[in-house]
Amino acid sequence: MTTPLANYLILAALLFVIGLAGALTRRNAVLVLIGLELMFNAANLNFIAFWRFNPHPEKLTGLMFVLFSIAIGAAEAAVGLALIIAVYRHRRSALMDQFNSLKG
Amino acid sequence: MLNEIAFLLCASLTLAGAVAAMMLRNLVHCALCAAGAFAGLAAIYLQLSAEFAGFAQFLVYVGAVAILIVFTILLTRGADIQTGRAGSSSSWIGLLVAGLVLACLVGSIMSSPGLVRLPAQTANAPVQKIGEQLMNQYIMPLETMGLLLTAALLGGVVIAMREPAKANPSAR
Repeated sequence: MTTPLANYLILAALLFVIGLAGALTRRNAVLVLIGLELMFNAANLNFIAFWRFNPHPEKLTGLMFVLFSIAIGAAEAAVGLALIIAVYRHRRSALMDQFNSLKG
Repeated sequence: MLNEIAFLLCASLTLAGAVAAMMLRNLVHCALCAAGAFAGLAAIYLQLSAEFAGFAQFLVYVGAVAILIVFTILLTRGADIQTGRAGSSSSWIGLLVAGLVLACLVGSIMSSPGLVRLPAQTANAPVQKIGEQLMNQYIMPLETMGLLLTAALLGGVVIAMREPAKANPSAR
């Protein structure tokens, strides 16, 4: 007896919503980035679950997509955190509601 | 049965880590809880017999991204700023949007009956086969990914690099 597909999808939906709520409500930019990463991972979980449950798993499509997606997530985190450090150096703050001017 | 218990354990670890990462006040604790959530997801990938993706997830997220996040927290001195509210002023709108999205997602998952009855396949993804596919069918995406990672590496270093003090006196 294996876990049905719907359980994985609901887990991914919950993870996505937790990340979304965090990204929308927290003030610190680092936490907003963690929320984004959680949403990213929820999408990856959906790909893996659909790969496992589709009729042709030997084609490895979902798995390949997740491998590339993990690489993109790592690149996104690196650039995002570098941006936070650069903005912190100018504004002396990492709080989102203080990044409200474009003058730098 | 064992499968269900493993899924429940990994899912509760993931969800608890995610909730704690988004709720706690201390940023270092948040980063550690996020690493726990990523590790739980890696365990779920293993349970779904996607071993390579699980180990890649563990290496990249628990290994690299969590360390990057901790470095950023320490470099921006977020760990010792505890004053003021943790949430932004319009946090109830964010929670409302998140609740609406959750209702929409769960509603659509529950209302698709074909999805629930889909049988699990006896999937296996040997590393040799993944490597063959990466070298044949996915060679262009692989090369592009290498280019993207190089660009991201250089971009991250250039953006975070300390500017010369003479060129910009406001930057320290």
